[in-house]
Amino acid sequence: MESYVFWPVAVVSLVSAILVIYSANAVHSALALVANFFMLAVMYVLLDAHFLAAVQVIVYAGAIMVLFLFVIMLLGVDRQEDLRERLPLQKPLALLFTAGLAGLTVFTVRAAFQERAFPTGGLEQANQSGNVEGLGRLLFTKYLFPFEVTSLLLIIAAIGAMVIAKSRRPDQMDSEDDEA
Amino acid sequence: MIQPAQFLALAAMLFGVGVAGVLLRRNALVVFMSIELMLNAVNLTLVTFSKMHSELNGQVLAFFVMVVAAAEVVVGLAIIVSIFRRRPSASLDDVKGLKW
Repeated sequence: MESYVFWPVAVVSLVSAILVIYSANAVHSALALVANFFMLAVMYVLLDAHFLAAVQVIVYAGAIMVLFLFVIMLLGVDRQEDLRERLPLQKPLALLFTAGLAGLTVFTVRAAFQERAFPTGGLEQANQSGNVEGLGRLLFTKYLFPFEVTSLLLIIAAIGAMVIAKSRRPDQMDSEDDEA
Repeated sequence: MIQPAQFLALAAMLFGVGVAGVLLRRNALVVFMSIELMLNAVNLTLVTFSKMHSELNGQVLAFFVMVVAAAEVVVGLAIIVSIFRRRPSASLDDVKGLKW
């Protein structure tokens, strides 16, 4: 049963990942990335990570991709792009090293875990009162301090983004350009 | 029955595609999306290990990766906006000097 879900989803996630880096239009890349995020959410369901599957859809496919599309529209780069490579050998070397990296990792993983199956029961015991409750219990006991630190990180990120992207008035911009 | 190795191999291939995107593309936004691809591939690995060890710790770590990724996207996109606002394209080749 699982394999009927796994193989199509794996193929679609790989194809959409390749489309992300292959489309000449940034909007198409963003849409392919949304498809990839949804496929990963399905993978999380297969791996009994129900909370992460929901968060993947809400945070990644929802919030982060909207932010990406917003910036694409804001910068006005939503048109075809010249994909020709100007550096000699950049493309073949990049493809060679990437294929080497991915090939070696896949080979190592298969060699190390080939005979390993998921333990029977899997996460059933950890998830017995629900995946969300299990994660919440860990987050608010064992990982309470890192959890609080992430709240600080999010506040810093929000303030930092506002300061960096704050638009200056044209007259101020001109005088700054003169000084620079 | 799907083995852990198959999930891990898929994650490795997704990571490879992300690396290829960073190396091959010049559009700052697409490079950023490739970084997101790599982060997600690592999350898939963490969740797989979580199931392999019958513990939720891996999922908690994946959750923290998501939080950090969200913060990273916000700041990174703000930097991209402030750099490329007055440029016609979002090409990384245009950003050659420290001053703009």
